[in-house]
Amino acid sequence: MSKSKSAYSVPGKFGKIERHIIVVWVDNEAGVLARIAGLFSGRGYNIESLAVAEVDKKKHISRITIVTEGTPEVIEQINLQLKKLVPVHKVADFKRGEKDILFRELAMFKILVNSKKLEKVKKICKKFNPVILDKTNKSVVIQVTALRAEIDKLALDLKSLGLISTSRTGAVAMTKGSKIFN
Amino acid sequence: MPKLLSGAEIVFKALEDQKVEYIFGYPGGAVLPIYDELKNHKSIKHILARHEQGAGHSAEGYARSSGKPGVLLVTSGPGATNAVTALTDAYMDSIPLVCISGQVPTHLIGTDAFQECDTTGITRPCTKHNWLVKDVNDLSRVLHLAFEVATTGRPGPVLVDIPKDIQFKKGKYKFFKNTLKKKLNGKATHKISNLELDKFIDLIKKSSKPIFYTGGGVINSGPEASKHLRELVSLTGFPITSTLQGLGAYPGDDPQFLGMLGMHGTYEANNAMHDCDLMINIGARFDDRITGKVDEFSPGSKKIHVDIDPSSIGKNIKVDLAIVSDVTVLLKSLIKRFKEKNKNFLNSNKQKTSKWWEQIEKWREKKSLNFINSNKIIKPQHAVQRLYELTKKQDTFITTEVGQHQMWAAQHYKFNKPNRWMTSGGLGTMGYGLPAAIGVQIANPGKLVIDIAGEASVLMTMQEMSTAVQYRLPIKIFILNNEYMGMVRQWQELLHEKNYSESYTAALPDFVKLAESYGCVGIRAKTPDELDNKIEEMINIDKPVIFDCVVDKAENCFPMIPSGKPHNQMILGPEEEEEISDEGKILV
Repeated sequence: MSKSKSAYSVPGKFGKIERHIIVVWVDNEAGVLARIAGLFSGRGYNIESLAVAEVDKKKHISRITIVTEGTPEVIEQINLQLKKLVPVHKVADFKRGEKDILFRELAMFKILVNSKKLEKVKKICKKFNPVILDKTNKSVVIQVTALRAEIDKLALDLKSLGLISTSRTGAVAMTKGSKIFN
Repeated sequence: MPKLLSGAEIVFKALEDQKVEYIFGYPGGAVLPIYDELKNHKSIKHILARHEQGAGHSAEGYARSSGKPGVLLVTSGPGATNAVTALTDAYMDSIPLVCISGQVPTHLIGTDAFQECDTTGITRPCTKHNWLVKDVNDLSRVLHLAFEVATTGRPGPVLVDIPKDIQFKKGKYKFFKNTLKKKLNGKATHKISNLELDKFIDLIKKSSKPIFYTGGGVINSGPEASKHLRELVSLTGFPITSTLQGLGAYPGDDPQFLGMLGMHGTYEANNAMHDCDLMINIGARFDDRITGKVDEFSPGSKKIHVDIDPSSIGKNIKVDLAIVSDVTVLLKSLIKRFKEKNKNFLNSNKQKTSKWWEQIEKWREKKSLNFINSNKIIKPQHAVQRLYELTKKQDTFITTEVGQHQMWAAQHYKFNKPNRWMTSGGLGTMGYGLPAAIGVQIANPGKLVIDIAGEASVLMTMQEMSTAVQYRLPIKIFILNNEYMGMVRQWQELLHEKNYSESYTAALPDFVKLAESYGCVGIRAKTPDELDNKIEEMINIDKPVIFDCVVDKAENCFPMIPSGKPHNQMILGPEEEEEISDEGKILV
């Protein structure tokens, strides 16, 4: 059979794919992360990265930051579907590249270095707020904060300098200025 | 200090405060403390199903026909997993269900204990929300919240999982109300503005080829919504079509009604949807069985979409005016505003839509629901028509299974009232109709309840006949028996070169004897000339009946839009079959 046959419709036209950062405020209760992740997997949405932590100890509110990709229609659906979940309080949606939004990821690199190489490493990392968290005569653990693409590049550059392990968070986001999202 | 109650007592106290009269369920180890408490609560009657799926569909039938939430009580592990189909069915068709499941004691959770499963994990994607209650003092809050979530906004199923030790533990009880206020919960929080209404009315006034496209949202909004819909349709003089779930919201025999639309909808409804210049969608969700090929769906029309669920709007089809609202609320204010400013609209607008109505009449002349009748063999469409003619004088409730018989029922049975038609539309669950009929009969004692069934579907939940007999529920199971999974056979005939792979059921039971063994009445009709008398006989028996209506094995359900086709490319009947066999191959 050259063409498959089914009772379902053929797919329509696809829109342009955009990258969005979606911030969700949720009740920090059992299973809430599974609900969010399950919504994404169940409806076929992407999760590129995800960062979660409780931000309000008293009210038990967690802030989840999700980086995702999709057509504008899909992004709209993600927003609306998230808002329907009972533990979700509010949802903010930022397009990657929006001017008044700050994004950061944190990464830790473990690199096998001697002191000569370390200078090189420090130089490469200079722009990204490097902090040396641990140092031995054979190795170093450096923490940087940067954008996703910058960390990608950094990891690539450090490879030849002895990078043996990378650990990174998902992106977190915040608006610039005094305004907060309501 | 308030009196402390056990978890099981709290469950019943909450059910009483929610004015629950019936629960559908099946006992088991992890839910025994709740069953033990049942005897102390006379206002709540338990209906013992024969399988938890049956209990779930019964609860759905109860909810759909009464407008009240259905309540389901099952045990842990297999009890909960058996209920999953019913929960998913309710989720797809927006039916309010509250499922209470037992769970192994909290200290055993996660140890692969006997009859343990991750119930909240399994039911997370098929409920609006679910809870595992680990503290007895949370129980009353969670239970009341569960009812609120199930019944507000777009209705749907919820599940409360209660470990056995929590059912024994003592805790405080409190009646919580409206705890969701702060939350959207898919509920419209914004008031409908006059601006929106004026835009709506403006689109109505500008249109010369309008159509109302209404769905299950009208039914879910309550009987008020149907009244308002009828008023709006008569005020405007516009044609109206309905989805499968919306049947009954508008009278099926009214001249403004074009019949059901969609894959097996009428020629006039689908062509009108395709050619209209204004589509007014009230409480429907642009399902794929409705839209066909999305890119070619009603290309020239402005579209209005009224839905209580914001995520339903713009999901499949882009619209020009979106209104997030409950149907009743919207229609009430729309009609008020419309009447204020447009006196005598019907007459003054007649001219404008007269060509449109002429066109619709031309489509109607095709008589797309016609079929070639026979005097030797019962045609399934004929059987449904006779059933309708012989039952239309009384207030009849129809449920169905899933397949050809379901479509024939939707096409040929005309509904005049909401909540009289219970069918599994979204999930398409074979085996839905029989247990649903049980729930319908419980909610509507003394009324005629008929499950229009197929022999393959009905065997999936046949065990529930035993429930019907136990509670003396005189439901009528009207089986259109063609010995095939008819819809599967139809697709195989049209798209898979008549390779009837596994769609024929050999060794079917003798349904008359089966009925007798359950303690109900079996009737068989084999020829058209005995059909009427036997249907009359069935109606007059005050006991559950299984009616084995032996029908033409080869009949196909027409008209039909092959999937992936726009609305104006329908196949009307067998004479066009050759044409689709070829075209069918293009389908993906």
